[in-house]
Order: sequence, then C-alpha cells, then structure tokens
Amino acid sequence: MFKGPVENKNEAAMSELVPEPRQKPVVPMKPMGINASLLGYIGIDTIIEQMRKKTMKTGFDFNIMVVGQSGLGKSTLVNTLFKSQVSRKSSGWNREEKIPKTVEIKAIGHVIEEGGVKMKLTVIDTPGFGDQINNENCWEPIEKYINEQYEKFLKEEVNIARKKRIPDTRVHCCLYFISPTGHSLRPLDLEFMKHLSKVVNIIPVIAKADTMTLEEKTEFKQRVRKELEVNGIEFYPQKEFDEDLEDKTENDKIRESMPFAVVGSDKEYQVNGKRVLGRKTPWGIIEVENLSHCEFALLRDFVIRTHLQDLKEVTHNIHYETYRAKRLNDNGGLPPMTVETEENHESNL
Amino acid sequence: MSKQQPAQFTNPETPGYVGFANLPNQVHRKSVKKGFEFTLMVVGESGLGKSTLINSLFLTDLYPERIIPGAADKIERTVQIEASTVEIEERGVKLRLTVVDTPGYGDAINCRDCFKTIIAYIDEQFERYLHDESGLNRRHIIDNRVHCCFYFISPFGHGLKPLDVEFMKAIHNKVNIVPVIAKADTLSLKERERLKKRILDEIEEHGIKIYHLPDAESDEDEDFKEQTRLLKASIPFCVVGSNQLIEAKGKKVRGRLYPWGVVEVENPEHNDFLKLRTMLITHMQDLQEVTQDLHYENFRSERLKRGGRKIEDEEVNKDQILLEKEAELRRMQEMIARMQAQMQMQMQSGEGDSSAVHGHHV
Repeated sequence: MFKGPVENKNEAAMSELVPEPRQKPVVPMKPMGINASLLGYIGIDTIIEQMRKKTMKTGFDFNIMVVGQSGLGKSTLVNTLFKSQVSRKSSGWNREEKIPKTVEIKAIGHVIEEGGVKMKLTVIDTPGFGDQINNENCWEPIEKYINEQYEKFLKEEVNIARKKRIPDTRVHCCLYFISPTGHSLRPLDLEFMKHLSKVVNIIPVIAKADTMTLEEKTEFKQRVRKELEVNGIEFYPQKEFDEDLEDKTENDKIRESMPFAVVGSDKEYQVNGKRVLGRKTPWGIIEVENLSHCEFALLRDFVIRTHLQDLKEVTHNIHYETYRAKRLNDNGGLPPMTVETEENHESNL
Repeated sequence: MSKQQPAQFTNPETPGYVGFANLPNQVHRKSVKKGFEFTLMVVGESGLGKSTLINSLFLTDLYPERIIPGAADKIERTVQIEASTVEIEERGVKLRLTVVDTPGYGDAINCRDCFKTIIAYIDEQFERYLHDESGLNRRHIIDNRVHCCFYFISPFGHGLKPLDVEFMKAIHNKVNIVPVIAKADTLSLKERERLKKRILDEIEEHGIKIYHLPDAESDEDEDFKEQTRLLKASIPFCVVGSNQLIEAKGKKVRGRLYPWGVVEVENPEHNDFLKLRTMLITHMQDLQEVTQDLHYENFRSERLKRGGRKIEDEEVNKDQILLEKEAELRRMQEMIARMQAQMQMQMQSGEGDSSAVHGHHV
C-alpha cells in the first residue's frame, strides 16, 4: 500500500467522514444478477493465479517518456528508478555533446527481469526541449510522436489479420521535470502540460531537490500544485478517472504530496554500515532512498509498485480511446484503410 | 588584504625630502570624504538565487516587499529594469551601491528579445555620462554607468545555454562580466570542477570576453600574490547565499539547513562565497577603471564617429528604407501581374480571331 508522510493525518480526517473501509468482497463490486450464496468452494479465485502465470510468460511492455531542460537529471533518475543503466546516458551518449538545435525523440529499449517477470522497458528521451533561445512550440515534436504511436496501434487494431499481441509502443507515462527554482513554474512548463495532459499521463517531478530546504520544498510544492489547479492542468492520477471511493482516497493522498521532489544517483556510499545510493557533498551524504532526505522512494513505489498497471490501463482505455474516437470521426465513422494500401501513411493530426 | 602601509609623515628637516610622498594620504582622505559609487547589474533567469546572493554579499535586505509572480503572469511580462540604491558605511568609508536587477530575463518561452532592454539601459547610462562630461558644468557628474555585471549561470545544466552565450556576446564590449554559479550546494565538488571547466572552455570557444583580474604587481607581498592567483583560478565562482543563522558545530553561522547537513556560506571548503566577496571588494576600484578606460571609451568613440546621430535615428532610417524598398517591390510585382493578365487576354482573344497577336514582351 502507498505510504506517505501525511498518511496519519489524512487517515484520521477520513475516518470521521467515511465509515471504516469495507473488506474487499470475493465477488466484484459491480452489480451482478443473482448474488448466489456459495454452497462450497468452486475455485473461481484461482483465475488470479492463472492470469499471473500468463503475464509472467508473456511479459509486458512499459514505455516511459522523460521531458525537461537539459541537466535536470532525467537520465540519472530513470536509471535509479529501474536500478539499471537504461537511459540515453548509458548507450553512447556523451554529456559533452552539444544541445541539439531542435527537439529530438530518442527511444531506447531494454528488457529487464525480476522474479521471473520480464518487462520490455522503453525510455523515450527528448533532448533539446526547452534549451533554445526561442522555445515556441517545442512540444509539437513530442505531441506528434505520442500521436504517431496511437496511430500505429490503431492501424494494427483495425487490420483484418491482426497480430495476437499488438506491440505496444504507446507512451504510458510522461515524467515532466520541473526546475527547482523555488519560485514557481516557468511559462514553458505551463504550456507543455496544458497541451499534453489531455494526450498522455503526465507525472510532474521536481528535479535535483537537494537544492531546497524542507520549508522551501513544501512551499514550492504548494505553489506548483495551486498553479496547476488554477490553469486546469490535470496530472496523473487524474481526479476524473477515480473509479470508486477506495481509489479516490488512495489517489487523493498521492495527489496531495505531488509533485514529488526527487534526487537521483547511480553511485553508492557507505552510511551507517550499509551501502546506499546517494550523493556525497562536503557537508553530508544525501541518501536517495531515505524519505527524510527526498521523495524518490515515493515516486518509485507510485510508478512501479502500485500504479504501473493503472498507467497502462488509463493510456489504453482513455487516452487511446479518445484518439481513436477522433480518428474515426474524422473518417466519417469508418476505420482507417488497411496496411496494404497505406504503407506510408503519416499521422497528420 | 595586506597592502603596504603608507609611509609615515617624516621629518621635513631630513635632507633631500620634498614631501610629495604624502600625496596618497591626501587622495585617500579626500576619497573617503567623497564616498564611492558603484553600480552592479545582476542578470540571470529567475530562481537562480540572485537576490539571496546580493543580500548575503552586502549583509542587507534589498528586496523587502518582494512578490514573486506565477508562471501565468510571467507569460505576458517583458524584461524590466529595477535599480535600488543603498548607502553602506563601514569605518567611515561611505559606499553608494546601486544594484540593477533585471526581472523577466530568460523567463519567456521566446527569449529572443530578452536582452534589448538591458543593452538599451547600459547604453543609456553611457549616453548620459557622455552628455554630462561634454556639458558646461562638470562639477557634479553622477556616475551611473554599470561597473560590473554578475551573470548567473544555472548550476543544473551541463554548461552554458544558447541564451547565455548570445547575451554575453552582446554585452562583453559594454560591461565587465563576472560569471557566477549560485545555488552551488546542488553540486558535489567533482561536479563543480567539471562544470567550471566546461564553462571556461565554452567561453573561450565563443570568444566571450569576461572580466579578468589584473595580476598582482611584482612589488606586492607574497600573500596578496597568492590570493590573487587563487581568485583567478576559481572563476567562475560557485557560491551559496543565505542570511539565515544556523547553529553548526557550536557556533552560529550563516547557512542553509538540510536534513543531511549544514551548508556554511562563509566556509571556503563549502563554496566560493568568500572569494567572490574578496574579489568584488579588492577590485571595485579596478572594475570602475576598466569601465571608464575600456568600455566607456569604446562607447564614446563609436558615438562620436557616428557624428551625433543617435542609435534610434539610425534604426528608424534603416526601417524607413526597408519599408520604402518593400513598397517599391510590391508595386513592381503588381505591374508584372497586370502585364501578364493582359497578355493572357490577348492570347485568348487572339485565338478567337486569327489576326496578329499583339504580344507584350515584358
């Protein structure tokens, strides 16, 4: 379960407004025809185990995009999240390279395995974003890329002879890196999130958070949240997609502590006899996974341990469906033409 | 800072002694009475720690009622120039310090016009001084020229950004640039070294002229020479600013309190704050001199060459010429189009009746 620093206060408040959360029933909460009382054990619940076995065999795809000005620690953070060298940093990218003149989209795929479960992880980097003197519309290449992935999936779906498992290159999650100025969001941040929050799940994070003291952090997060609210920007987990009260409670807690102020590192140091990931400075060692130092652990638990599947589902059931509906509407309700006749079709939304 | 003590006023009875060795004393006394003026400009994106650093340097609060605008407000704003003056007195020496702030720099999505306002301001101060200097009554010329510009580089990047390069290239012939990296507590020592080197390399690569500390004279003592050498080797300075007093190791120091430790502002092992302050104080005179002898003289010769025509006039002339040329181009294009249309009509009517076609050859 998700653990947050404000957990106790919220729980106390919640229990006054809401009765004790009910035990999750064996039958699903959606209304069913006849609620037959079981006369004995049938074994329906073993379907969970069957699904688990299947998932383990097939493995699954996860595509995460990182967006932010150069130098905010995007590559390091992704490496820290997945505890492996999966970012641009590790595949031949040299930090001495020049900033590209336009926004480039670089996707790097890795297969990582844990506990018998295989994940095909793709990290999509966007070097050049926000680094020019004139950054007008620099989010357009990113929007185009995301829509192209939806288009690819749509074409596969409407194919007469479909593949059994359509390769999923759609962006499930977009980590947006906010510069830790301590003041407020920058105009570019607002514009980007306004345009893209309707198209993809955006998770804003405050990068290089070791530059702010505790008070500065709290103040900054509050200000950022308020700015996002005032400008109508819904980051993931979006309020409108909370399915039931349980979801809402859990997600409310998360939304209250976002954006997470994180620190990334791929170096280990010895602290109190243990080896920890951290940053060494003349005045102390910043421990990445220590909750009193930064909120990296919260971000990791959120993205990977509790909401990974939900990120994919929201992408498929909501963002992709929105795209699909728009495309079918544009086509007069007909699906787009089959692959043979439209080999070089470009998504021109 | 250990300079040789001025020679004592020796006995005028000593043979061969004239007494003008006492001149520096007199100058010193007069300057102290008159007080010093210094204008420092601060440029950098918002949130890089400029105001905190200025407050820390001069142990004062220059921005008591500051409101930080939100992102939506920043979208509409252009770069402003805000000058605040403060009189500081220390041991009888008066300093009239003007800090010129440039809020809005680097905030917009399109920063192409970011530095026009700033350059205009610098030029305006030169213009005013030139005017005063050429005037009849030159007794009380106020020197508002910008003597030094602290340019703040972001500690989060990998080096200079395109905006940094363009801006510095635009003003390096007008003002002394001192590059500063604030919020340096975000960098480990190794990262700092790497960033400093990268920035120096890029400055050289683009031919940007930053302020160079003059070498110590050969007759200065070893300590001073060593100090100057250290200062020169630490540019650009990586600083941390703060006016909060934190308890550390039993005493109260200015610093920032983190869960993992305390960053001390005045600890040379933590950051270059002391070096920056030393440089500014010991070289205030030199900064003013370079502004006068180099940047101002450049400006003056440019202006006088142009023969009294102000820059705005020239630009207006250029614009006018452009407009005129464009209008003429349009007229010619319209004429060609008309002629072509006529030709078409002629061709068509020519096919109808087979008499000779009057072709207009353009």
